[in-house]
Amino acid sequence: MADGAAPVLNVRDLTTVFKTRSGAVHAVNSVSFSLKPGELLGIVGESGSGKSVTMMSLIGLIPAPPAIVSGEAVEFGGLDLLTATDDELRRIRGARIGFVFQDPMTSLNPVFTIGHQIMEPLRKHMGMTKPEARARAQALLELVGIPDAERRLKDYPHQFSGGMRQRVMIAIALACDPEVLIADEPTTALDVTIQAQILELMHELRAKLGMAVIWITHDLGVIAGIADRVLVMYGGQIVEHADVRDLFKQPRHPYTRALLQTVPRVRGERAERLEVIEGQPPILHAAPSSCSFAARCPFSFERCLRENPARFEVGPGHDAACFYDFDAGGPRHVG
Amino acid sequence: MLNYTIRRLLISIPTLLFISLVIFLLLDLAPGDPMSSIPLTVPPEVKEKMREALGLGEPVHIRFLNWLYQFFVVEPQVAWDHLFGTDFAEGKQRIISFQSRSPVMTVVAERMPQTLWVVGLSYVIGILIALPIGIISAYKQYSWFDQIGTFISMIGFSIPTFFSGVLLIVVFSVILQWFPSIYDTTHTVTDWGSFWYQVKQMIMPVSVLALYNAAQISRFMRASMLDNLNQDYVRTARAKGMSEKVVVLSHVLRNSMIPVVTVIALGVPTIFGGAIITEQVFQVNGLGQMLITAIYASDAPMVQTLTFIFAVLIVLFNLIADILYGILDPRIRYD
Ligand SMILES: Nc1ncnc2c1ncn2[C@@H]1O[C@H](COP(=O)(O)OP(=O)(O)OP(=O)(O)O)[C@@H](O)[C@H]1O
Ligand code: SF4
Ligand SMILES: [Mg+2]
Repeated sequence: MADGAAPVLNVRDLTTVFKTRSGAVHAVNSVSFSLKPGELLGIVGESGSGKSVTMMSLIGLIPAPPAIVSGEAVEFGGLDLLTATDDELRRIRGARIGFVFQDPMTSLNPVFTIGHQIMEPLRKHMGMTKPEARARAQALLELVGIPDAERRLKDYPHQFSGGMRQRVMIAIALACDPEVLIADEPTTALDVTIQAQILELMHELRAKLGMAVIWITHDLGVIAGIADRVLVMYGGQIVEHADVRDLFKQPRHPYTRALLQTVPRVRGERAERLEVIEGQPPILHAAPSSCSFAARCPFSFERCLRENPARFEVGPGHDAACFYDFDAGGPRHVG
Repeated sequence: MLNYTIRRLLISIPTLLFISLVIFLLLDLAPGDPMSSIPLTVPPEVKEKMREALGLGEPVHIRFLNWLYQFFVVEPQVAWDHLFGTDFAEGKQRIISFQSRSPVMTVVAERMPQTLWVVGLSYVIGILIALPIGIISAYKQYSWFDQIGTFISMIGFSIPTFFSGVLLIVVFSVILQWFPSIYDTTHTVTDWGSFWYQVKQMIMPVSVLALYNAAQISRFMRASMLDNLNQDYVRTARAKGMSEKVVVLSHVLRNSMIPVVTVIALGVPTIFGGAIITEQVFQVNGLGQMLITAIYASDAPMVQTLTFIFAVLIVLFNLIADILYGILDPRIRYD
């Protein structure tokens, strides 16, 4: 990982607010991060922490209106995705940024063949003719390890198992050789052995194709095995950011520490959804004006209720949004 | 699929036989006497003769078998003779209407075109209006277009056709005098002038029925589209960079049409049934009107034959709907 290399994706101050009938929901709050070429960036956080909305916001997949997506910039390929036109975004989606979604059972269109669904982006973005697209679709199915690819192109999604469908989704995401692959909990809906196979496959493909990957999960165990860097999300904010080793060795946010305690001891066993931390993640009806973890935090003190902590640098390439200084064993004095 | 179709057709034979028996027995039990409309001055002996001539003297099972024979053997032979100039039906007794003393099927064949033109055309127009309205309403849910569409379809199916029909007659025939209030069945189209007259006399009954059909089908289309617009596969299509046109008109529409096509197919028999009330209001001499007069006149053979034809059509279009479902939805397999 060339540390100095210019990031392929640079997100600055991304904010997403949903206007709902029961008031505003601030799902993403001033999220900033960057993705380096070829790296695997893990994003963890419990359900509702805003992981999916962040990813869909930056590429225009959140219907706005009713949602409002704002921010300083989302830089990708010399373009600011926040101000890009719908057409420009469509030329990037599926071509230069690929997506794999959480639920393979429902993410494929039931009435079209697998072949058709893989060929669609090929024909649209790469201008392939039908035979060219079919040949490439077959090669992609082989790449993701689906046997008898030529015949299976004519099959419909319901003729595939969950794991096989997720492989198809990966094939679709990889179809146009994207620079960035965003995988939103791609293994959550699968059982453990299949999960391991998909992880293995992603490992291989990344080595082979060299794209940058954003891997979203609520399972730190998975992150430990594959990620280079990790973002921890809570309440629509990034609360900690570190290299994977630092994060496991020296977590600097109380939420990360709590998460680490829930990592199952048996490898591969699915993490229970963080029941160890008492309470629920907040639904923010206004931009945060205090630490959103305060209600569940064993370290919270008076300042945490008054101010929303910024991301303090706690080491090289390591920051945490917390007023408590674990190195000093007391409240942080800076900021 | 072929096996399934054949099996279903075979099963429908006993079903239809049973239906015809039930209709026959019900009509037999019903009060009313075809002789009641004969003037009182006709002596009783003459009436008795007429009864026998109409076959009323026979016991019920003989009359039923007789009808079956006439319906399934004689009438097809007559049709065959008519088409190919043969004489299979020579001298055989056909099903005779009590009222008009002429063969029921001849009357049906005379009335059929009126009904098919007025009711059939309104069905087709209703569908053609309903589909785009349903699609746009769903895609632009809660827009002014959707609100107006919702309002109009509410009017469409909450106002009975005898009311909207009479209203149109009062406004456009009586006050404005644009269109004739009575449908002239004997009118034939020979030139532009008579064609224009035909159009004018069809406008009101067709609009009344088309509004009614469009109201129902557009609501159905809208609901089906809405169901699908929120599906995960739609997000996948967008993430592949597909244009909104492809997303909505290919991915979503293809799925949404499955239940709508079924409903449309199931509605076809009602065309043949005529729109009884609308035909009455506008005095269209169609099948619906004929059924009503036949019931008033206790014309059992006519009522029996017509209702049985409707039953056949309903069974047939149920089968067609199921087959269409199987063709449109790859997940359905009939084995
Ligand atoms: N369309 C929407 N309208 C209103 N609120 C929404 C909408 N979509 C998401 N949210 C809210 O945004 C917040 C973040 O949701 P998001 O789906 O990003 O969570 P997540 O971290 O991906 O969780 P999970 O692990 O369950 O996928 C949640 O509180 C959710 O209720
Ligand atoms: S800022 Fe305060 S409440 Fe928030 S995580 Fe740190 S110590 Fe806990
Ligand atoms: Mg999610």
